[in-house]
Amino acid sequence: MSFLTAPTLAHYLVLGAVLFAISVAGIFLNRKNVLILLMAIELMLLAVNLNFVAFSAHLGDMAGQVFVFFILTVAAAESAIGLAILVTLFRNVGSINVDDLGKLKG
Amino acid sequence: MSFQTAVFYLFAAILVFAALRVISVKSPVHAALWLVLSFFTAAGIWLLLGAEFLAIALVLVYVGAVMVLFLFVVMMLDVNFEEMRRHFRSYLPVGAAVGGLVLLEMVLVILSGTKGAGSAAAPAAGSNTKALGRLLYVDYVYPFELAAVLLLVAIVAAIALTYRRRRETKIQDVAEQVKVRREDRVRLVRMPAEKREG
Repeated sequence: MSFLTAPTLAHYLVLGAVLFAISVAGIFLNRKNVLILLMAIELMLLAVNLNFVAFSAHLGDMAGQVFVFFILTVAAAESAIGLAILVTLFRNVGSINVDDLGKLKG
Repeated sequence: MSFQTAVFYLFAAILVFAALRVISVKSPVHAALWLVLSFFTAAGIWLLLGAEFLAIALVLVYVGAVMVLFLFVVMMLDVNFEEMRRHFRSYLPVGAAVGGLVLLEMVLVILSGTKGAGSAAAPAAGSNTKALGRLLYVDYVYPFELAAVLLLVAIVAAIALTYRRRRETKIQDVAEQVKVRREDRVRLVRMPAEKREG
């Protein structure tokens, strides 16, 4: 197999693209369950970070890794607050099904 | 095939498989555990790319903290997850089509754009952690401080959102104590002096 060569930049980028596509598909498949949606978003961020790290290694520029560091920080904050909102939501509505969360529609 | 190449393909295969399991398993607990596996393998791939500090940070922060948080929340919620998956099959064509389209576009762009790109450059000499630390604390010190403030705000927000005051606990209400006036607490009573019994 000719594409099983030593990993180049394109290999890492394709891996990131595959991960991203899987998480986009996951958002469509699990559109009822907010919890799995949050997990798919985490997976998406992982794919983007993989691209950043691959480019950082390819270009020999450490700034990409600094950016990944900040993305990790923001993603951790995001998931903490997202889960807190989820818990509050469950207390008030008694469900985490996306279909039950249309209260603002009036 | 060198050892590094073999490790890359092994980790990539595990990563893609674990990601597929995350979006397809029934139980959210299992999904969270598959997500842990995908974070571990992603950390391995980052190690291959020479980003040691980020790989360790990914394992510590994500596997150690965020995923444990996810598991806690999954176990705290008493939700019928089966019911939410009823339409899983009917969403499958749309999801697969959109995912395939995104993948196709990205792969086409990547393969057309990086034809000439050679193998990844060798990792920079010296410790990756040291280089990253120097960059973080010298060039990016203000964003770094901002990130710290952001984390603090996130902590406060998460606690404020989920905090629930119980009725039976007895705690000081400082605002109430400060607001109190003399009239609320002191009552002057005027009453006639009593005669001494002879």
